[in-house]
Order: sequence, then C-alpha cells, then structure tokens
Amino acid sequence: MGLLYHQIPENGVPRKRVVEIGASIVVSRESMLLKLELRSNPEMLCVVRASLGQLTEKLGFPEAECRAVVLAVDEALTNIIRHAYGGQTERPIELSCRRIQVRQGGAHREALEILVEDRGLKVDGAKLCGRSLEEVKPGGLGLHFIRESMDTVEFRRKIGKNQLRMLKFLHVTEPRKDS
Amino acid sequence: MQISARHLDKITIFDVTGDIDLSTSPELRKALLRELRELHMPRVVLNLKAVRYIDSSGVASLVEGLKASRDVGARFILFGLNTTVREVLQLSRLLKIFETYESEEQAVAP
Repeated sequence: MGLLYHQIPENGVPRKRVVEIGASIVVSRESMLLKLELRSNPEMLCVVRASLGQLTEKLGFPEAECRAVVLAVDEALTNIIRHAYGGQTERPIELSCRRIQVRQGGAHREALEILVEDRGLKVDGAKLCGRSLEEVKPGGLGLHFIRESMDTVEFRRKIGKNQLRMLKFLHVTEPRKDS
Repeated sequence: MQISARHLDKITIFDVTGDIDLSTSPELRKALLRELRELHMPRVVLNLKAVRYIDSSGVASLVEGLKASRDVGARFILFGLNTTVREVLQLSRLLKIFETYESEEQAVAP
C-alpha cells in the first residue's frame, strides 16, 4: 500500500489527516512546528542543525535522540546538495516539522514528522540501499546514518519533487526541565 | 570549524574546533592530505576535543586521512573524542579502524 499525503494549510492551523502505512490505517492529529525554506548552500547546514537541536529539545527528546534527529536532517540536506543538486548552492529546499499522533496497533504514539523536499534530480529508489559498511572507504554513509537515526524513513517522487519523510517517536511527552 | 597545526618533533598535531560538515570537511581533508602526502610527516594527530559536530562528510575526511597514512607508512591518530564524535564514529562502524587515545600525552607518546 502507498502513503497518502494531504496538503497542510498555509496558515499552519492543525487539522486532521489520514495516512495509510502498510496494512494499517493511521489517523493522525498534527500541528506544524517548524517550516524552513532554504537554499542548497552548505553554509546553511549549521543554521538548520541549531534549529532542529532546539526543537527536539523543546519536544522532550532525550539528548542522544536530539543528536540523532539533527544528524539525520543534516545528512538528508547534505545528500540533496551533493546528489540531487550536484553541488549547486542556490536551489530550493523545504523542510517542515510536525508533531503528529500515530495509532499503531491500537495504541497512540506521539511522533515528530520531518518532511524534506527538493526539486533536484529524481532519486533512484534502487540506489537508496547505501553501501556495505564492511568496506573501509570514504563516502556513502549518509543514508546509513539517516536510517539508523530515525524510526521511519520513506522516499517518494511527487510532482517534480523528491520527498523524504522521517519519523521519530517521542518516548517522553514533557519537555526537559532544563530547556 | 577552525583548524590549527602544532609541531612536536616529527609529529603534527591538528587542533580542530567547531563543526565538521559538508561546508568545512574539505578544509580538514586538505590539511590532512598535505601533511601526510606532501610533507611526509610520520605521525599526524587530530585533537577532536572541541569538535561540536561531525557528519558523514567529516567521517569521510578522517577515512581519507587514514588511507593516506597507510599509503605513506605514517601513523594517523585521533584523541579527545567527545560523546558526539564517538557516537557518529560508532554509527559508521568505523571507530575500530582508527588509532584513538583519550589524551594528547598518549597520542604523542613514543
């Protein structure tokens, strides 16, 4: 089965949507947390990392999971800049983060959903397997880092855009007291 | 990222500060390869204590440094790995291929 996306209104008002994953129907309540429109300039990566670091901390993720989400997003943007845009620095990238509620097997789970979109070269799904980690060579680790860092990772091509959707489930609902 | 070099006998010590990512890793790579391939330093040591962040492009630069050191018969050593750097190297499953130490004293020991 596929995955159904419904457009989020520009005013960011939370709304209901239905997402179909695998064989189970999931009803999500979502709210937009952060939306960034940036250019494919590597110098902007530190800005995105800082934003995601603060967002994940506010959401109450443990420190190691904050670092994992930041790494995954950084690697996703790096892949877009290097591969989808071939190093061009002025191409558009959109990143949006939502807090969603997912029903899995009768239980509700809170999650951070991160959607990264670019208008670059079509991503070949067959090549998204990463490389063997047994080989000691530079490069090819980004996708591995994304998969290891996030709970769900999905790629799709939609209306001239590459979309990467990542989910990280929240295990802690209250923000940390020191944040 | 900032990178500065110190020399101790025939050892080059690089002190790296800040973030190693797509925008900064080429500078690190260039510095490592110059020291190993052009200046033929027998030991190149990287102080990672003050590195706040490293991504896959940074790890790739370290792997290139390691490969270059093997090619020229030099030693390539990392020390001062903080939690962030250690986590990423463990995630890459490449931590074990590097010669690592806790302190500079250990890294430059004969």
